[in-house]
Amino acid sequence: MRVALFVTCVNDTLYPRTGRAVVSLLERLGVEVEFPVEQSCCGQAQFNSGYRHETEPLVRRFARAFDGFDHIVAPSGSCAAMVRDNYPRIGAKARAEGRGSELADAAASVVPRTHELTEFLVDVLGVTDVGAYYPHSVTYHPTCHGLRMLGLGDRPTRLLRAVKGLELVDLPGAEECCGFGGTFAVKNSAVSSAMGADKARHITSTGAAAVCTVDNSCQMHIGGTLSRLGSPVRPVHIAEILASTEEEQW
Amino acid sequence: MVGTYLGMPAFPEAARDAVRDERLRSNLTHATHTIRDKRAKAVAELPDWGRLRAAGAAIKDRTLRHLDHYLERLEESVTAAGGQVHWAADAREANRIVTRLVRETGEEEVVKVKSMATQEIGLNAALTAAGIRANETDLAELIVQLGDDLPSHILVPAIHRNRGEIRDIFAERMADWGRPAPEGLTDSPRDLAEAARLHLRQKFLNAKVGVSGANFMVAETGTMVVVESEGNGRMCLTLPETLISVVGIEKVVPTWRDLEVFLQLLPRSSTAERMNPYTSMWTGTTEGDGPRTFHLVLLDNGRTDTLADTVGRQALRCIRCSACLNVCPVYERAGGHAYGSAYPGPIGAILTPQLRGVASELDASLPYASSLCGACYEVCPVAIDIPEALVHLRERVVEGGEVTVRGTRTTVRPARGHAAERAAMRASRWALDHPGVLRAGQRVAGRARRLAPRRLPGPGRAWTDTRDIPALPAESFRDWWRRTREKPTRESGNGTKGAGR
Ligand code: SF4
Repeated sequence: MRVALFVTCVNDTLYPRTGRAVVSLLERLGVEVEFPVEQSCCGQAQFNSGYRHETEPLVRRFARAFDGFDHIVAPSGSCAAMVRDNYPRIGAKARAEGRGSELADAAASVVPRTHELTEFLVDVLGVTDVGAYYPHSVTYHPTCHGLRMLGLGDRPTRLLRAVKGLELVDLPGAEECCGFGGTFAVKNSAVSSAMGADKARHITSTGAAAVCTVDNSCQMHIGGTLSRLGSPVRPVHIAEILASTEEEQW
Repeated sequence: MVGTYLGMPAFPEAARDAVRDERLRSNLTHATHTIRDKRAKAVAELPDWGRLRAAGAAIKDRTLRHLDHYLERLEESVTAAGGQVHWAADAREANRIVTRLVRETGEEEVVKVKSMATQEIGLNAALTAAGIRANETDLAELIVQLGDDLPSHILVPAIHRNRGEIRDIFAERMADWGRPAPEGLTDSPRDLAEAARLHLRQKFLNAKVGVSGANFMVAETGTMVVVESEGNGRMCLTLPETLISVVGIEKVVPTWRDLEVFLQLLPRSSTAERMNPYTSMWTGTTEGDGPRTFHLVLLDNGRTDTLADTVGRQALRCIRCSACLNVCPVYERAGGHAYGSAYPGPIGAILTPQLRGVASELDASLPYASSLCGACYEVCPVAIDIPEALVHLRERVVEGGEVTVRGTRTTVRPARGHAAERAAMRASRWALDHPGVLRAGQRVAGRARRLAPRRLPGPGRAWTDTRDIPALPAESFRDWWRRTREKPTRESGNGTKGAGR
């Protein structure tokens, strides 16, 4: 079984710790993980802003970089959703525009192999107890693309509940969007900030030490808001919790 | 707020003002959360909701595919039942037809059933200009009308008002429109309802002409259906001598049986009721019962053009339940007026830019009025993938492309004001498509990270005004992998395997 890590451009550049945590976690579970260096970005920011044609080279690059792997694992709900939901749309539109089926074929080849991290753990590896140790109280915010586009369901919380020492605290209004939304955060900054402030208020009200998500881009917005509002809660990616052991805390 | 959507600012500006309005925010949060929770319960009661939803979407899609056929069928059956059918290509034509029909009755006043189509075309303003007074009779529409205001919600047009505000509006304005509010009116719901009842009763009893929309039109029988909660609609539909209904052409369903699906989907999604209190149905005219004359004005107003768009056309499935508004985190904070049309919330963000085009700054800003969280799609009873349509319309805004305008294929140019963003998207894509460049950039940023300011200038300010920026790491993941894992020679394929940390 050849497994590739799609670290995503946000993690690569801003949150390399998360990428390293995924590697550590998967290796602990006996998975030999590879990192195809040709990878870059799924193209979500371009696509969601309306620049579909700018996304196309990135779709091709993605398919090329991950050719030959059985599984592609992404520690990001929205990037995995971009590939699974939107690559086929990009392919279909290109075909409808009379530009052949190259992009549609590229999409079809990667869609079934692409998994968000918690899906890979629960569905492919069949584990919920990954042997982690994290002695903190944690609240979980289900990010929208993970929740609604991928349908992650209770996979992340099943994994978290199995972590030794971890106390999972319910988050009020958990399923409400944090207000990130990519360029939305800047284009409609007033609404985005109001949503972020409400989310931060809910998170702080749990009294948890950390807020966990499956997506560092939402986390950048949530964490940035928490920090600006002086909240003591720190954001942490689920991979870093699951990678933590008694010997090594992330 | 004046009673017109013309000249309103783009969404982000209007929304910024709304966000600052604390009273509006708390009215909206309270109202949307209450109805949102109730809807979830009402829907959870039905074990086959998913199938019902799929059936609703399928019926609408099939009807839209053969819309010309069903509309002709409808015209035949309405005519056979004694009604008269008029076709209106756009808002102006529809307003002209209705004005003429009212004039022909010799009346100078009409009573109105709550209707989205007549809001869309600005019928009240057109009638006023022709010297005809249009009296709204839906309680919330009455509040909006008396307050010289605009509706801000599809189902609850006065959702932005609280009891105290409504009391003041009634006390000050009812006298201008008819029977004044009783002396010493309080803000208790009972008192407010009684004041409205007395005021409206006089209107109903005097009315000679009623104007309505319709939730559904049945092609095979020519039956119109209006679904409502108050019974005020029923008064307008039954008491006047002449009834004029203005209905969007997408409201047709093929058969009576199809109603079975929608009359389950609609009340649970909109008011969270198992069954709505009043379902009025009429078929043409009936001797000795109800209006003697019935006119149906079929409204296009951009719908046929929308139908030509393979992605955007799903917006025509909408049954105006407003479930998408009630779950929308953006609507909850921006309020309905920011959307600049009769259709606020997620459905407005995809419908208005199709019905009106994206030429104006406001209309071009609507597809961006969403974080793409997908809550709207999840609750939509006819499964309209609103996020998909939003992204599709963003593409139209920034890249232009082929659209249909009044039946003719034309190419629209990209909207103005996106040049800098387009350049940035292109540049970032180029860097991302050249990982060497990306890596070099990451290194420069990593080295300069201590210089990173806490607040960014220019467009970045929109981020740093309310949010801190993450600290840049010293080393990208890519570099870490190279440093610790990569062997000089590539192993099989295009992956690089690691050894040790
Ligand atoms: S788009 Fe769907 S949820 Fe929104 S009003 Fe229309 S039918 Fe209801």
